[in-house]
Amino acid sequence: MLSIKNLHASVNGEEILKGINLEIKAGEVHAIMGPNGSGKSTLSQVLAGNETFEVTEGEVTLNGDNLLELVTEERAREGVFLAFQYPVEIPGVSNLQFLRTAVNAMRKHRGEEEMNAAEFMKLAKDVSRQVDLDPAFLKRGVNEGFSGGEKKRNEIMQALLLQPKLAILDETDSGLDIDALQVVSNGVNALRADDRAILMVTHYQRLLNHIVPDYVHVLAGGKIVKSGGRELALELEERGYGWLGIDAVDTSN
Amino acid sequence: MATTDTQVKELIKREYEHGFVTEIESDTFEPGLNEDVIRRLSELKQEPEFMLEWRLKAYRRWLEMDEPEWAHVDFPKVDYNSISYYSAPKRPEDMPQSLDEVDPELLRTYEKLGIPLHERAKLAGVAVDAVFDSVSVATTFKEPLEKAGVIFCPISEALQKHPELVKKYLGSVVPAGDNYFAALNSAVFSDGSFVYIPKGVRCPMELSTYFRINAANTGQFERTLIIAEEGSYVSYLEGCTAPMRDENQLHAAVVELVILDDAQIKYSTVQNWYPGDENGKGGIYNFVTKRAACIGKNSKVSWTQVETGSAITWKYPSCVLRGENSVGEFYSVALTHNYQQADTGTKMIHLGKNTKSTIISKGISAGRSSNAYRGLVKFGPGAEGARNFTQCDSLLIGDRCGAHTFPYIESKNKSAIVEHEATTSKVSDEQMFLCRQRGIDPEQAVSMIVNGFCKEVFKELPMEFAVEASKLLEVSLEGSVG
Repeated sequence: MLSIKNLHASVNGEEILKGINLEIKAGEVHAIMGPNGSGKSTLSQVLAGNETFEVTEGEVTLNGDNLLELVTEERAREGVFLAFQYPVEIPGVSNLQFLRTAVNAMRKHRGEEEMNAAEFMKLAKDVSRQVDLDPAFLKRGVNEGFSGGEKKRNEIMQALLLQPKLAILDETDSGLDIDALQVVSNGVNALRADDRAILMVTHYQRLLNHIVPDYVHVLAGGKIVKSGGRELALELEERGYGWLGIDAVDTSN
Repeated sequence: MATTDTQVKELIKREYEHGFVTEIESDTFEPGLNEDVIRRLSELKQEPEFMLEWRLKAYRRWLEMDEPEWAHVDFPKVDYNSISYYSAPKRPEDMPQSLDEVDPELLRTYEKLGIPLHERAKLAGVAVDAVFDSVSVATTFKEPLEKAGVIFCPISEALQKHPELVKKYLGSVVPAGDNYFAALNSAVFSDGSFVYIPKGVRCPMELSTYFRINAANTGQFERTLIIAEEGSYVSYLEGCTAPMRDENQLHAAVVELVILDDAQIKYSTVQNWYPGDENGKGGIYNFVTKRAACIGKNSKVSWTQVETGSAITWKYPSCVLRGENSVGEFYSVALTHNYQQADTGTKMIHLGKNTKSTIISKGISAGRSSNAYRGLVKFGPGAEGARNFTQCDSLLIGDRCGAHTFPYIESKNKSAIVEHEATTSKVSDEQMFLCRQRGIDPEQAVSMIVNGFCKEVFKELPMEFAVEASKLLEVSLEGSVG
């Protein structure tokens, strides 16, 4: 489904991604781990089309379509979803209005009829319960005054609403207590489907106890240096990154 | 002496009659302003004698005044003699006969605003029963209003049918010599609306007018006077639009509101005068004086305005809170784009005991525009226990525009309380990326973010106006992303 070949990307002239190769098939969950500054978040942002980053080399295709030719919103409509590590606030715009605009933008792209306010309200209420959010929060401003946990649940709820082909989860577990982690993980597990690929970026093995990945990759210095199965994450937890020849904190980027 | 005066008058009248005949054919006064023009205007409108005297007095005051230069706007001097001071609507046969004859760009805008087809035809100047320029727009729903005792008519008609009311209140809130543009308006105003709500009456419907400047090289000087008698209520909506022209056009209106004991006026404006093109060519100069006098105790006035148009806006809807416990509110959204300049705000003059005022101002600047909030909060010696709350927020789109805030506070009463909050923010790259990552078009994203920013003001607008205002922002922001 997702195919990344020799991907290089820089920001302000500094190369962060130095030749990433990755294949993710439909139905698979891949976890990307790695020390701080290894390029994990950059990879997420580049795949979603953040224009701050410049792709200098390589190719990325989603179901054979060249993603790099598409701007952010076009990629989103083709089914690329990014759950943000730090979702930004949009004051005064209700969550409900924001989500309905997004869902209708996707529907319009697929040639489907737009959902009216009442239909959407029903759908949004159902989905918000899946991530244990009080439907009353739908009326609040986007991420406005949300706690860290609410923001993360909100991101997963958006993925559930938008039903993407490729869901990229950027440090979805950071800042969550154990109960919130369970709720978010349940949401992600509900996302798992035969026709969907999931790419999880995380620091910690603990998330992978809740969402069991098919493959684990270690990113360091802008490259994938090791790939394996579920057991690789456990090994990393036990041994750190040192045995892979990586400094525990790689600050070169 | 007396004889000479009479002779002069005779002479003027003869010249005027001569002029009148030629003007009938062209329907528009030749450009220029002098006492003769004012006499012709007053005569043409068959005004009572006191009105002509009032106009002439205002004109003489105006001649002695200087154009104000303190506003944060910059424009070449207006040549007041190049403007025509009266333009009657064209005869139906001269107007476009169908929408096919109207500028498609203008129609596209109306369509985006969601204005119904028959309204679009009216606004585009198709020969239906509405009239533009200097003559008041036709008023509808006369019957139910008459039943309630409400008077809602062109001010020219009020001058003939209810001269005593007009004489009593005209200039009572904005005196003829109040400021340069008010003096000019007092001298040459051509028409406008008159509203009278009798004691204890709640006006059975929202009253609305649409103003439009149609003819080229014409100034528009409308005059609105609304009187709310004891215990009455009225909500008044005002919409403004003008076609696109390369020349700048002058709009200098005066609005006076008189509010007696326990009465309330809610005045909402959606102003979409032509702002000029993307290079700053053309557009309306909007120099307007709007003021409400809360004379009675427990009286209340709310100004709500959404301003997206005009090349230059100079406008400060104000409240004089004279009556005990009277309340003044000002909710404003002012959006500038391209080369637009706006200097707008309000004045809250607290004179009575326990008077309260609220100011919520939202300024949005895009392109190379300049947007200034200017507000005065003043407490007189008698304003025991008076309070003001001011919130003034600016939103910037891009990095070539400017936002300025000029708050003035004057207090002659120690018990008065004033609170002022101000913020400036930008539509951030992160917000844009979040929206776009969810599949939302950049332009729609900006419009949504701006609408969120304006929410506190939009919720004060009557429902259908709020929808129009929100769409208007969308249209006005076109091309602001990129």
